[in-house]
Amino acid sequence: MAPDEAAQHETLLQALLNGKLPDAEGRFGPFGGRYVPETLMPAINRLTEGVYRLLPEKAFKNRLGSELRDWVGRPTSLTPAPRLSKEWGAEVWFKREDLAHTGAHKINNAIGQALLAEALGATRIVAETGAGQHGVASAAACARVGLPCVVYMGEIDVARQSPNVDRMERLGATVIPVTSGDCTLRAAIDEAIRDWVSDPIETYYLLGSAVGPHPYPYLVRELQAVIGHEARAQIRKYADLPDAAFACVGGGSNAIGLFYAFLADENVQLFGVEAGGRGETLGDHSATLSAGRPGVLHGAHSMLLYDDDGQIQETHSVSAGLDYPGVGPEHSLLKMIGRVEYVTASDSEALDALAECCALEGILPALETAHAIAGARRWAASNQGTRILIGLSGRGDKDMPILSQYPVGNRRNGEEAVNAAA
Amino acid sequence: MQPHEVLRHALEQANGSALVAFLTAGYPEPERFLQILEEVEGVADAVEIGVPFTDPMADGVTIQRSSQAAIKKGISLRWILDQLAARKTKPAAPILLMSYLNPLLAFGFDKLAARANEVRVSGFIVPDLPYEESAPLKDCLDTHGLALVQLVTPATPSGRLTQLCKMSQGFVYAVTRTGITGGKTELPLELAEYLGTVKAAAQVPVCAGFGVREREQVKLINQYTDGVIVGSALIEALERGESAAAFLKELRL
Repeated sequence: MAPDEAAQHETLLQALLNGKLPDAEGRFGPFGGRYVPETLMPAINRLTEGVYRLLPEKAFKNRLGSELRDWVGRPTSLTPAPRLSKEWGAEVWFKREDLAHTGAHKINNAIGQALLAEALGATRIVAETGAGQHGVASAAACARVGLPCVVYMGEIDVARQSPNVDRMERLGATVIPVTSGDCTLRAAIDEAIRDWVSDPIETYYLLGSAVGPHPYPYLVRELQAVIGHEARAQIRKYADLPDAAFACVGGGSNAIGLFYAFLADENVQLFGVEAGGRGETLGDHSATLSAGRPGVLHGAHSMLLYDDDGQIQETHSVSAGLDYPGVGPEHSLLKMIGRVEYVTASDSEALDALAECCALEGILPALETAHAIAGARRWAASNQGTRILIGLSGRGDKDMPILSQYPVGNRRNGEEAVNAAA
Repeated sequence: MQPHEVLRHALEQANGSALVAFLTAGYPEPERFLQILEEVEGVADAVEIGVPFTDPMADGVTIQRSSQAAIKKGISLRWILDQLAARKTKPAAPILLMSYLNPLLAFGFDKLAARANEVRVSGFIVPDLPYEESAPLKDCLDTHGLALVQLVTPATPSGRLTQLCKMSQGFVYAVTRTGITGGKTELPLELAEYLGTVKAAAQVPVCAGFGVREREQVKLINQYTDGVIVGSALIEALERGESAAAFLKELRL
């Protein structure tokens, strides 16, 4: 790396640590921004004003704080994983977002934004969902706040995460299957944006990941940062800071939520684990940061998977929540400046890790989360005796329709299982 | 005259009843692209060629459908520019490319502006590029005098609307969600006021995109603007196998 480039990266890291990013234009260095139709600009400007006014306000903080404590069930546990630690030759800790209300970290963001929508006078909420966790969290948060909720979900995801569709409907949301585009998370976001474009005044778009136009990446990070702040304080009660922290990355909300509190801790290595899917060919994975290049989708300039004509590529992952060709702009910056390392875990490695976590710790993690565990397992093999923190972002009950396609197996048969199911 | 001035001039020549037509490139059949384009140029005062994109988040079902079909048949920005380059005759009406940003980014702004100028494109409309983010593309287009058309909407606050109207080159694209059903003899008051505001602020012609389908609507809108934009209705006419020229002439009369 050229010396001036290194200096520039250091400057960007310091700006991030000093709370100066995103800047006034919604940029994280070269990434971010607001690439939205003119129809949405007044709504985006109004939302930006509301976010910067309400988030620091005492009354809003108190209201959100009580909802997180009394309704979501925070703080979530930090759980030592002794049998897994023994197996891996490392000291493993889980930050248990699977224990949060509705079963994943998504609720931290959903309840925060639902309160914001209410304060901003919205009369209706739209949301997108991939795995269904954000849809369930939004449905629950809207019921809690008393706002009607419409959830767009790709029809492929409707089929592979059916338990969550039923949950959303029982929580009072209207679920609209999306049959356009790739029929997964990306098409669901397209459709949610179209809905918002048609009524930007009354409708609030409750975006579920740290993606999209400014102020969403900032807003979602602020609402998810509670994960890392709690985990950092909790682990220090028992031990020193971890040597490494792992989180799975689709859009990247649980990862940015876990990493943000540790960015200044130089001795804590941070790893984002993307979905390596079934191979390295474009279309067989969802490894945006590992294989993508800068582009614009869904309102932000960030790393993206697209072809030479600029057409967004179809992606694959066994986990619906990671099956997305883009990623939050802050992750693109963290990769560029080298503060976070991004690696991949394949479908079969994730299935292995899931089986191992069930067998050794009695925890069924979400398939998304299993990628983080798989990444940590691989790293532990060459970093014996280290302390590892894993963001256990969600529980795997919603994955039962997928998991039931694979034999109940020992923890080393992921690849066989994938082949058998294919 | 610079390309953006050619565009403006062509719309001014229409004396307050300009017709701008939108076509998805290579739809319904790539083989008929230049033939349909020539037919449309024969009637319209300017033509927007839609560059198909996988994620047209600001478009309705008709343009989503035509874009997906065109991508499946291999239509890309490169293909469109090559087709335009292969034309032997000068376009009978100014041509604009309407594209989401990512295909333009993938091509490279610098190279794109030079190539577009070469193949006699007059300007660009980019629905996911608000003016706050437009400087890198606009700088490249300015080098060749190509227009970057700005869009305004009924929700645009007045200060912003004035600024966008000032910046827009070629014409101002006035968007509205308010549909007008057939048989009405007057525009709703709100709509008339909005168009009046845009017209007062604009230094170039104002063309309105309304989901225009019928002659009566064109007449009504033209009382307040310099022209209308016809998009989905033309694509649907092509899908029904109708002649593009005949459909547009019907609106124009």
